Amino acid sequence: MKNVMKKKDWILILIVLCVAACAYFSHQLLKDTGMGNVIVKVDGEITGTYSLNEDQEIMIHEGANILEIKNGRANMRKADCPDQLCVHQRAISANNENIICLPNKVIIEIKSKSDSQIDMVTN
Amino acid sequence: MKVRAAYFGVFTALALIFSYVESLIPFHIGIPGAKLGLANLVIVIVLYKMNVKSAYLLSVTRVVLSGFIFGSMFGILYSLAGGLLSLTVMAVMRRTQGFSVIGVSIAGGVFHNIGQLIVAMIVVESYSASYYLPALLITGLITGLMIGITANEMLKRLVNLQMGMEGR
Repeated sequence: MKNVMKKKDWILILIVLCVAACAYFSHQLLKDTGMGNVIVKVDGEITGTYSLNEDQEIMIHEGANILEIKNGRANMRKADCPDQLCVHQRAISANNENIICLPNKVIIEIKSKSDSQIDMVTN
Repeated sequence: MKVRAAYFGVFTALALIFSYVESLIPFHIGIPGAKLGLANLVIVIVLYKMNVKSAYLLSVTRVVLSGFIFGSMFGILYSLAGGLLSLTVMAVMRRTQGFSVIGVSIAGGVFHNIGQLIVAMIVVESYSASYYLPALLITGLITGLMIGITANEMLKRLVNLQMGMEGR
């Protein structure tokens, strides 16, 4: 194993890990766990904004996708696409987290009410 | 020429079978777009045992055929972007000195995921999909590493396999 992999291979692995770590921590810094709004976009257009505080079920595309908001978390309950990736995905609640249903071009996004993340850090 | 065509047919069949096997394995770890990428093993072998042109041809053939058989038209566009970006990076790295087949495969796995993420961001017209970048990088690294180790073992045993077009 060790004699197969060359020095440049290890450098490549290190670079990938560094980029992943940087991307992860930059997202963590921007993350805001306050109760936010759920924004539903279809084909790039915002079709509705809902509060995470209110438990409700939202029909998207006349029921092609069903989004459930419960206990401050948004979860895709149903999708009529074959891959069901968005349904298998876990529920989201933090700022900038999202669920994407590619076949139906549906994006569910969380946006926190306090849009300025800098305020959160200086607190 | 006849030998090449026969080998190409065998590799195409193998890549399709791998796509099928992969569709049977439930692999949902909460990250959209994360896949084992078994078919990439065949692409790597062809890249090393045949040539870049054959690898491109195989990549496109596999994506289109498996898209028609197991997936949807939408999936074709999606996998094509990942497959072609990953193959381009692997072809360049193969010619660069200092990388083993494992390194080439890792880069292939990582760029396959990056390609798919870019298509996802264009299709949904949102940059928030970049939220999954770290997870996709790590899964690409791990699957690429596993495919690379397997490809390395396979290439060792395929040393005597002549396809009439070794080298370039």
